[in-house]
Amino acid sequence: MKDHSDIAIEFDHVHYSVNGTRNLISGLNLAIRSHEILMLLGRSGSGKSTTLKLINRLLSPTEGEVRVNGCATHRWDPIQLRRSIGYAVQEVGLFPHYTVEGNVALIPKAEGWNRSRICGRVKEILSLVGLPYDQFARRYPHELSGGQRQRVGLARALAANPPILLMDEPFGALDPLTRAELQREFKLLQKRLGKTVVFVTHDVTEALLLGDRIALMENGASVGVFGPEEFLRSSDESVRAYVEILRSGFQLLNG
Amino acid sequence: MSFPEFVLKHRVEIMTLSLEHLRLVLWSMMFSLLIGIPLGVLLARRPKLRAVVLGTSNVIQTIPSLALFGLLLPVPWLGVRADRLTITALTLYALLPIVRNTYNGIVGVDPSVLEVATGMGLTPRQILWNVEIPLASPIILGGVRVATVITIGVATIAAAIGAGGLGEFIFRGLAMVDNNIILAGAIPAGLMALVADGAIGLLQVASRWHR
Repeated sequence: MKDHSDIAIEFDHVHYSVNGTRNLISGLNLAIRSHEILMLLGRSGSGKSTTLKLINRLLSPTEGEVRVNGCATHRWDPIQLRRSIGYAVQEVGLFPHYTVEGNVALIPKAEGWNRSRICGRVKEILSLVGLPYDQFARRYPHELSGGQRQRVGLARALAANPPILLMDEPFGALDPLTRAELQREFKLLQKRLGKTVVFVTHDVTEALLLGDRIALMENGASVGVFGPEEFLRSSDESVRAYVEILRSGFQLLNG
Repeated sequence: MSFPEFVLKHRVEIMTLSLEHLRLVLWSMMFSLLIGIPLGVLLARRPKLRAVVLGTSNVIQTIPSLALFGLLLPVPWLGVRADRLTITALTLYALLPIVRNTYNGIVGVDPSVLEVATGMGLTPRQILWNVEIPLASPIILGGVRVATVITIGVATIAAAIGAGGLGEFIFRGLAMVDNNIILAGAIPAGLMALVADGAIGLLQVASRWHR
């Protein structure tokens, strides 16, 4: 037996199908280590987002088991499980009727923190994601730019200090410059926080830039898990298709 | 006698009947909100009940108000007092727009917002109070607005069974073929409806400004 102590999340022969017909996940095996950023890379429909939702039990596996901290998700209390996992998604994630502060404070409030602790935490976490409290706390999501909204989404996911963070294409809708800025900052932030991060993307560059490891997904299963260097050198056909995209970009430049 | 003179002379009675009218409306609206909003939320959770409940309240809506008063008259506890009976009938009328709009509002909340709320670890109760009701509130208030205006109008019929209110003037004026008396009932009732419509409309805008 392998030592499981540093495995935070584990997929054990997981199948997930809708109405027993459409297989969204078929035979997924995956181990996510504590404190690493694991990128789930793949095309639309390859099961990346479904994989995330199996971790916080928005979905339950039809077959097999997903274990978080060694305990199968169906044996967790769902509320407790979800509160120990931060969840950040693209665009729609923020509640339009709450201010920035209201959005970030939501889970600490639900956890019954007292007022001064919540306020202190909101200030701390907003400055961590580069949004000064005095300037942003009272604003509503529609008064923010796309990049600022994603920062708030990240702050909200981190608010109750969960050890695990799930991110579903959080920077997907941003312009390339803002995206690069947020990617850079996220990488620095992760160095300080050391969360276990599962990050969904369809962008190869993002996967290589942020990932400690990259899991390539195809048809609801993992083709393989690679370090960034390994990924670039891999002879696997599916991986090479992605690396080819990068290469053809450079070739275009060199004429 | 000109209409202004008539109003001046009967100002105390106009005030009294207006307050009586308002009282009937407020009680009815309170009951229909207390019943209608939870019922609308329940329908959003149990779609199977939807056809039955909305169908029933649609049928109630089609009963002419005078007939509904007559229909409720033989009911033991209700028929004893005219105001009880009136408030019950008005509550029934106000119910449909409130239930229907609450249902539509809750069902219309973006499912991806609900998924995020669930994924964050909010309990179903917290999602209802913190996400669904606030996001549905412009639509719910739209129902309340319609219901209030209907109630103010229908409450004038209550005078026919002796429950008082501004309908007193209208029925008296009709019997005496005196326009001044009719207007002394109709104009305050109309103003009341306009003010209520405007006020709830403002609330509706306030609940929507964050979009």
